[in-house]
Amino acid sequence: MANHSSSASESSRFMQHHFVDADQQFDAAKMGMWIFLVTEILFFGGLFAAYVIYRAWYPELFTLASEELNTLWGGVNTVVLIGSSLTVAMAIKSAQLNQKKNIAINLAITLALAAVFMVIKYFEWTHKFHIGIFPGEFYSFEGIDHPKANIFFSLYYLMTGLHGIHVVIGMGLMAWLLWRSLKGHFDSEYYTPVEITGLYWHLVDIIWIFLFPLFYLID
Amino acid sequence: MDTAESSSNLKKIQVQRFKPDDNPDNHYLNEETGLWSWLTTVDHKKIGIMYLASITFFFFVGGLMALLVRTELWTPAKTFIEANTYNQLFTLHGAVMIFLFLVPSVPAALGNFILPLQLGAKDVAFPRLNLLSYYLYLAGSFIAIYAIFSGGIDTGWTFYTPYSSSTGGAVTTMTFGVFVIGFSSILTGVNFITTIHKMRAPGLSWDKLPLFCWGLYATSVIQILATPVLAITLALVAMERILGIGIFDPALGGDPVLYQHFFWFYSHPAVYIMIVPGFGVVSEIISTFSKKHIFGYWAIALSSLAIAFIGFLVWGHHMFVSGQATLASMVFSFLTFLVGIPTGIKMFNWTATLYKGSIKLASPLLYIFGFFFLFLVGGLTGIVLGSIALDVHLHDTYYVVAHFHFVMVGGMVMAFLAGLHYWWPKITGKMYNETMAKIACGIIFVGFNVTFLPQFVMGSQGMPRRYFNYIEQFQSFHQVSTIGSYILGLGFLMVFYYLVKSIYRGEQATSNPWGSRALEWQISTLPPLHNFHHTPVIVNGPYDYHKPMEEFQLGLAESGNGHGHDADLEVTKEGEDLSAE
Amino acid sequence: MDALNDFFLPPAKSTLASQTDTLFWFVHLSSLALTIGLIAVIVYFVYKYRRKSEDEVTPLITHNNKLEVTWSVIPLILVLIVFAWGYEVFMNQRVVPDDAYEVNVTAQKWIWQFKYENGAQTTGKLHVPAGRPVKLIMSSNDVIHSFFVPDYRIKQDVVPGRYTEMWFNAPEPGESIIYCTEYCGTAHSDMLANIIVHEQEDFENWLAENAGGASKPDDLPPAEWGKQIAQEYACNTCHSTDGSQMVGPTWQGTFGSEQTFADGSTVTVDENYIRESILEPNAKVVEGYPAVMNTYQGQLNDEQINAIIEYIKTLK
Repeated sequence: MANHSSSASESSRFMQHHFVDADQQFDAAKMGMWIFLVTEILFFGGLFAAYVIYRAWYPELFTLASEELNTLWGGVNTVVLIGSSLTVAMAIKSAQLNQKKNIAINLAITLALAAVFMVIKYFEWTHKFHIGIFPGEFYSFEGIDHPKANIFFSLYYLMTGLHGIHVVIGMGLMAWLLWRSLKGHFDSEYYTPVEITGLYWHLVDIIWIFLFPLFYLID
Repeated sequence: MDTAESSSNLKKIQVQRFKPDDNPDNHYLNEETGLWSWLTTVDHKKIGIMYLASITFFFFVGGLMALLVRTELWTPAKTFIEANTYNQLFTLHGAVMIFLFLVPSVPAALGNFILPLQLGAKDVAFPRLNLLSYYLYLAGSFIAIYAIFSGGIDTGWTFYTPYSSSTGGAVTTMTFGVFVIGFSSILTGVNFITTIHKMRAPGLSWDKLPLFCWGLYATSVIQILATPVLAITLALVAMERILGIGIFDPALGGDPVLYQHFFWFYSHPAVYIMIVPGFGVVSEIISTFSKKHIFGYWAIALSSLAIAFIGFLVWGHHMFVSGQATLASMVFSFLTFLVGIPTGIKMFNWTATLYKGSIKLASPLLYIFGFFFLFLVGGLTGIVLGSIALDVHLHDTYYVVAHFHFVMVGGMVMAFLAGLHYWWPKITGKMYNETMAKIACGIIFVGFNVTFLPQFVMGSQGMPRRYFNYIEQFQSFHQVSTIGSYILGLGFLMVFYYLVKSIYRGEQATSNPWGSRALEWQISTLPPLHNFHHTPVIVNGPYDYHKPMEEFQLGLAESGNGHGHDADLEVTKEGEDLSAE
Repeated sequence: MDALNDFFLPPAKSTLASQTDTLFWFVHLSSLALTIGLIAVIVYFVYKYRRKSEDEVTPLITHNNKLEVTWSVIPLILVLIVFAWGYEVFMNQRVVPDDAYEVNVTAQKWIWQFKYENGAQTTGKLHVPAGRPVKLIMSSNDVIHSFFVPDYRIKQDVVPGRYTEMWFNAPEPGESIIYCTEYCGTAHSDMLANIIVHEQEDFENWLAENAGGASKPDDLPPAEWGKQIAQEYACNTCHSTDGSQMVGPTWQGTFGSEQTFADGSTVTVDENYIRESILEPNAKVVEGYPAVMNTYQGQLNDEQINAIIEYIKTLK
């Protein structure tokens, strides 16, 4: 996609000493991120495996407990995250087109959307705490007629919680990118951090796209 | 960079010969000095040395615990410590040795130092990430040590639930420590895979990649695929203790056997994280000291990958008596036998490499022969344990203890020591005392067998593992084993003594004391800060001992450029015998 | 060979044990042959091809397909034999004969309890008839334990929250040791029990005598009976009767003494305190001791608890 010609090597001040040219640096960074994403998938994979097993054991529990989750707000959050993936992609495109100002704007929108996601998540969680839906042994809600209802919500809190942590880390990265883009570090010759953070952000988005139907849309 | 015409698939480049300098004035240890330069270094060689120092420390900590455990077992009842102390000691011995020593030993310590040198690269792909890995490892180690002093853990290194979620002590802290170390391991894996893919010197095609790199590659694949699952599993144990989430707790509707599936999904492949890089070391040393091309290059390279992949499908063989379905046991047993085959193939290939070689029985090779015997016993007893009916009898007895010590200590530690002795001149620029090295190797070999052979007999007789008290029938076996452990400890101390002594009093090493054809020996000793003053060009494989040394010392005539993966190079030699200036 | 067999393996006391042993020796002897063969070849090569001068040049031998296929396929066939054989013996171990005599096994830290069809109960001793298949239905009250009888070559984990089962047939009367082989805490290595194999008739008699479970034998003073119960329930795994230090506080001189608890409160040891400690062990935990004791609620009746209290009173 990007045209990293060999002339790139003299232009970039972010070129590291141990690489031969900017192409090699860019390829290495991108590959490293892809491999890291594989480990992330397996990291979540353990929880998805637990989900599959418990859903197979207690199918009726999952149907019952799912009704406690607010599909509307879950849906809004899905749209918000997909939107943020789009703006990250646009930030990369702006970098490729050398539109430095647009990089910053798109990153700022991404950051804002991520914040919206977390705020909605915050209200969802506090509402549940309010009515006594806590994870594990602290579970005290009586609205679900199933003795193992706590298991569903333990998985819910663990998986959305871990996803939430990834969103927060992503926000940190976006803020750092925004700062760097405001200082004019990125252009069509060098935008590796934007590209690989974008990859990470897409993964966070995709994981939510799995979590949403698995928890909210059971019937 | 192309001097002559470059056709579509054949590139002509101009090269010259670079002779390594035996004792250069400037090298990686004196170009930057001071404590701060070490703590903030991104040089893979220095990071490798920091790992080496750390794992050596933890090896002796774990070893001391082993000696205390063995001493306690001198008598059938209490010898000198309480049952609870004993339980904590064997847990920590296992956890320290596995997570703090074995997993990082060859990949993070030797691998860090050697991998970029063998690839002709200036560093790993992500030097700062590499330093971060080291600090994560260090942080995780400190958390683990803190756990020892803030209550200890007595769960066994396997953290089986529901025991681990109900017992007292600092289990939560310990799992967090292992979690952090896990990330160190993952990042090292990411770094190495990227490095091997993207940082190879011109001409270094996949079929010329040294087998040590293949070993590290397979290891890294396991690290990135298995470690995250361990991380999430241990996080779940911590959540179980903090929040009582009930995933593994039968009282809350969970399943304790599920934990074992999760745990072994990581921890069986983790066994290969510990042993596969050792295989790489063996290939390098066998070839160098018999001055002969490795036999069956592709068989050895691909069998490492085969082990890495099949290794993911055999975890259930730890659970034949756990209550898992009979059919599952059958499948896992079958796959376990399949994973034995690539390992056997390697043994045969290494033996065949010796045929018609020019064998010099120097200390690294001696350690390798120690590896051969011990690993063979370890591997074959693995076949015994893979057989379901036999495992039903031998599971959780001393037979299993002896088996994995033969693989992990007999196999991996011997391979690690062999590698350490082999690369020691390149790392430190000094030669150790060869006679002492050979004596120490003998002591370790004898001590190891005296320690662990009796355990096979005890285990077959039915002696369960993790026992504080035992019935008197086993006392003589235990006493022989304990004496063996002292001999073994003495052997390791001796290695430590003469290696450290060599740094201060050792003879100066030449750049290539073993006459190896591998790339890391074609640069000066000590290596320069950025490894290569020139960009090396690879025309021959690392095991082409039938060709003269000169053909292995080629670099780009115009230095400073030219990394890439041009498989087809036509080399024009100019300026023969130019030195590295 | 017999001497070798006795050196490596415990006596084979079940009908299936010899099947395991035959496989055991097959794998070990063929492994031994392979090891000796390979080591001999290596030693020969090292001697024959030792380096005679530093200038030696070795021939280029990169691979040999025939040879490599041979040494891949032959071991493959061998291990497949071992696999199939091991699986067959395993299936024999798994499939329980229809006429098996059933005993329920409960494991908890750190005792084995056995319940028989007519209500008889034992702890630490499993009584079975000779020459008849016996099926054990096992469960755990706390953590995972594992039931291992070396003489029978069988082992099975005992898991909380589910039942696991195993079976054996011991043809001859006699005794064999039972180990716990899944690490279960402080006194893991003391979690031993015995299997006592009776002739069929003797077993029927024993069963009849012990029917109905625990009630005080007529001719026994309460303190004596208490001592029996304490032994049966393996109380002495954790509580000494001679003042020595173990997992739990000693019973010697404890009655009437003052105990200090982890939370700093104190109490004088009396009947109520002992009773509470048996039924709700974690309500008051003596200072300096881990809170690891399980409840005996539902396992000991009032009469038995009283007998234990009488027994503790005698330990001055």
